[in-house]
Amino acid sequence: MPNLKDLKNRIASVKSTRKITKAMQMVAAAKLRRAQDAAEAGRPYAERMNAVLGGLAASVGGSDSAPKLLSGTGSDQVQLLVVMTAERGLCGGFNSTIVRLARTKVEELQAAGKTVKILTVGKKGREQLKRDYEDLFVGHVDLSEVKNVGYANAHGIAADVLSRFDAGEFDVATIFYNRFQSVISQIPTAQQIIPAAFEAEGDEGGTLYDYEPSEEDILADLLPRGVATQIFAALLENGASEQGARMSAMDNATRNAGDMIDKLTIQYNRSRQAVITNELIEIISGAEAL
Amino acid sequence: MAETMQFDLVSPEKRLASAQVTEVQIPGAEGDLTAMPDHSPLITTLRPGVVKATGPDGGLEFVVTGGFAEISAAGTSVLAEVAVPVADVTREILDGMVEEANAARDAAEAEAQDVLAKRAADLAAISASLGL
Repeated sequence: MPNLKDLKNRIASVKSTRKITKAMQMVAAAKLRRAQDAAEAGRPYAERMNAVLGGLAASVGGSDSAPKLLSGTGSDQVQLLVVMTAERGLCGGFNSTIVRLARTKVEELQAAGKTVKILTVGKKGREQLKRDYEDLFVGHVDLSEVKNVGYANAHGIAADVLSRFDAGEFDVATIFYNRFQSVISQIPTAQQIIPAAFEAEGDEGGTLYDYEPSEEDILADLLPRGVATQIFAALLENGASEQGARMSAMDNATRNAGDMIDKLTIQYNRSRQAVITNELIEIISGAEAL
Repeated sequence: MAETMQFDLVSPEKRLASAQVTEVQIPGAEGDLTAMPDHSPLITTLRPGVVKATGPDGGLEFVVTGGFAEISAAGTSVLAEVAVPVADVTREILDGMVEEANAARDAAEAEAQDVLAKRAADLAAISASLGL
């Protein structure tokens, strides 16, 4: 039986752990609010952008002059996977679920004989993928210094991806991130960004727009922005998901610590009683022996 | 009261303005234009310049560095990558943008230089037009 002093120390240490996880949960809750607001605020832009691009793509898409970003290179041999994870751990299964999805995809593509390249955003995903796929890495974007993800960050990632595309380094690009559903549920999502895939927009009344300059020029101008917008939206969703996941993970940890404290306290009280009973028995038997 | 239309200015990070206005001046890539209610549907890209909306509740002015505008009969929405209210614009911000544009121009290959040079010149023109 562990002695009383050890048990007491143990209880004290679990209590301070509980304090820490409780604090982390509250910080995550506050950050989640902000991240959700940011995701919300970014939505109008993304929606408009998609609507306009969708309309343009529908009218130009069929022609031969369509930009490569839209029509693709005509091959899908080289695949770029952009895996977006968090910079920090302690957020439950958040990072692992993205990595697992990416891993499945890599295996699937490799089985089909494709060449896979991986660009990682966020330290945690890089660490987890490094073991198996280090030779597939083509780059890494470090956001650990960034406190609030801004459009500039997304723009930087997009510029990196686009320059690789222009250099002919890959044919198809897919981003991996967690879509925020609720605090307890984040959905790991793979989304193809190059060539651009638009959800079939039911054409809204079919407004015929004039384009200035020509449709092709506008499309060439907008597609790179569209890529940046999609990446930005993914970063925001990821940010909200991370805080949500951390919040529920820390909530669990706090509850577990509470259970543990209860258990240890019972154990402590029992052994304290046992010690007292023992002492009594010793005294009584000592008195009887006289 | 003059007819009004919906005007939205959104950046990737947030919605900057949403108001009923009577007219919007837009620095289009192929020349400035003013959109009023019942304008024919038009999509145009923007060059760096000042978006100016005038409404019954007063005017709104924003410096934008690029993006595009979607004009329809019902309203106008401007999607700008960077938009700053004119009141907040300082000489330093503009100089920073101009410097960046110049650097991009100098770094670019020959064929892209014209476009980027125009961009830098447009940016430089903003400070003159605002009298900063």
